[in-house]
Amino acid sequence: MIRVELALMLRRRRVWLCWALLCALPALVAVLLATTRLAPAPGRGGAFLSAVVSNGQLFPAAALALVLPVFLPITVAVVAGDAIAGEASAGTLRYLLVRPVGRLRLLVAKLVSVTAFVLLAVLLVTITGYAVGVAAFGFGPDAALGGGGGIASLSGAVLTPAQLLVRTAGTVAYLALCMLALGALGLFFSTLTDSPLAAALGVLAVVVTSAVLLPLDAAAAIRTYLPTTHWLAWIDLYRDPVLWPSLRRGALVQLGWVTVAFGAAWANFATKDITS
Amino acid sequence: MTDVIVTEALTKRFGRVTAVDGVDLAVPEGVRFGLLGPNGSGKTTLVRMLLGLVHPTSGSVRLLDRPMPRGAKAVLPRVGALVEGPAAWPHLSGRANLRLLDAAGPGARRRDRRERVEEALRQVGLAGVDRRPVKAYSLGMRQRLGIAAALLRRPDLLLLDEPTNGLDPRGITEMRELLVELNAAGTTVVLSSHLLSEVEALCTRVGVMDGGRLVLTEDLDALRAPTGRVLVRSPEPDAVVGLLDGRVVDRDGDALVVRGDDPAELNARLVAAGIAVTGLTAQRRSLEQVVLEATGAGSDRVDGGRG
Repeated sequence: MIRVELALMLRRRRVWLCWALLCALPALVAVLLATTRLAPAPGRGGAFLSAVVSNGQLFPAAALALVLPVFLPITVAVVAGDAIAGEASAGTLRYLLVRPVGRLRLLVAKLVSVTAFVLLAVLLVTITGYAVGVAAFGFGPDAALGGGGGIASLSGAVLTPAQLLVRTAGTVAYLALCMLALGALGLFFSTLTDSPLAAALGVLAVVVTSAVLLPLDAAAAIRTYLPTTHWLAWIDLYRDPVLWPSLRRGALVQLGWVTVAFGAAWANFATKDITS
Repeated sequence: MTDVIVTEALTKRFGRVTAVDGVDLAVPEGVRFGLLGPNGSGKTTLVRMLLGLVHPTSGSVRLLDRPMPRGAKAVLPRVGALVEGPAAWPHLSGRANLRLLDAAGPGARRRDRRERVEEALRQVGLAGVDRRPVKAYSLGMRQRLGIAAALLRRPDLLLLDEPTNGLDPRGITEMRELLVELNAAGTTVVLSSHLLSEVEALCTRVGVMDGGRLVLTEDLDALRAPTGRVLVRSPEPDAVVGLLDGRVVDRDGDALVVRGDDPAELNARLVAAGIAVTGLTAQRRSLEQVVLEATGAGSDRVDGGRG
């Protein structure tokens, strides 16, 4: 079932459109920056954007920071919300279940396909970010001096390209986990309704609620557990040394959300009457 | 003969609505069973419970000698189903749909998948179908594809909900021939329909549902047994009444209903008396009469209250 599910996902035009749009936004920003050379002042604009003009290898990080707040959650919500509700509204859910595909197996397959989607989404943004960044801004000033294209971390120390690669991989994994938490929520909402749109909007409602609560002092007690609180912890991967505690806490919270949401999806779906 | 479907006091309530109410159904192996009933009489909910899609509020289901929905994994690979219209992934071709559906579940041998897909497509008359996605299919083609999906694993039991929806008269005849052929080869066929003519032409046994209850289960032959009356048409109805005084129970113009089991005997008497006869048949109840007697109005009819 997992293989079938992946095949189904990869043959959906919507999925490819989501990926294309995700990659298009950073590319557009890169083109604008490269043609105008008007980088935002340090400390303003998106994370890393002020630094990319001097070194294109930082552009993947900047690209991820650009799509993280809105674009990425929207695409994850759309794809995850479609998981069960889409099959239900198309009528294929009942045929899968009488095929028979076990309900737990179906949910797991859907979660795997959502995982593949977010991982590929983050990876594609990173790769196009790197290609576009290097093409537009080059390897930075050090490259000309034979310095091998070292990059200044946020703490000032210089990272080698190899270190940067490892940290970028860490970023991809961390952000994919953050998005997977949303994806699992989407899967849960998707078992509640037969409308993919309603499930997707449910996910976005959670994101917005979390973002609204985040700056409130009154919400300080629950802040750690909000899904969006730790979304920016990956930036600490670009410090030297890496600030692991915030990353660890973030990863734990996101894993918690995945577990709870998937458990809720299973609890609801296991004995649900399929009347679609 | 064993029963492939047995339900006991099967009941399903959705909130305050009782969709299926204490149904005791038994479908013997090898029959062609027609489930009849007005819209909203609970046919589809019953079929969904048989397949484990809907969980009964109370009562039990046994399918091919296993309890459902617990035995789903063992039983359902031997069951082909069409539930409330066909469905397919619209962005894929019919062939790709069948292959993926086959690959999704257990017990599908990969080796002969292509062969089984082609055979199912050929059986429903879609052998020459091209790579168009299903969203470009006509209603009839989707229906055929849905039946092909049900046939894919050469099931022992076919559960078809409204199998001829969207098919033209030729398509309906083809499906009927296909189902009779499969049945002759040993497949038990259960179809639900509100089209009486379809069930009458195809089935050997019928069940009638009304308001969630199974109000009648009977062999079609028994339902349609002669009523002990003969329909006579004659250009001289008065002469017939005169000859058969007391045996004529009803008269409408030149058509008469005469008590008696034997049309031949009646014919001989009428001809011997020199009365011309233009038509003579033993009266049988039509399935339509049986069903109308057994059921009320469908749930899609909403009559006003009193006063």
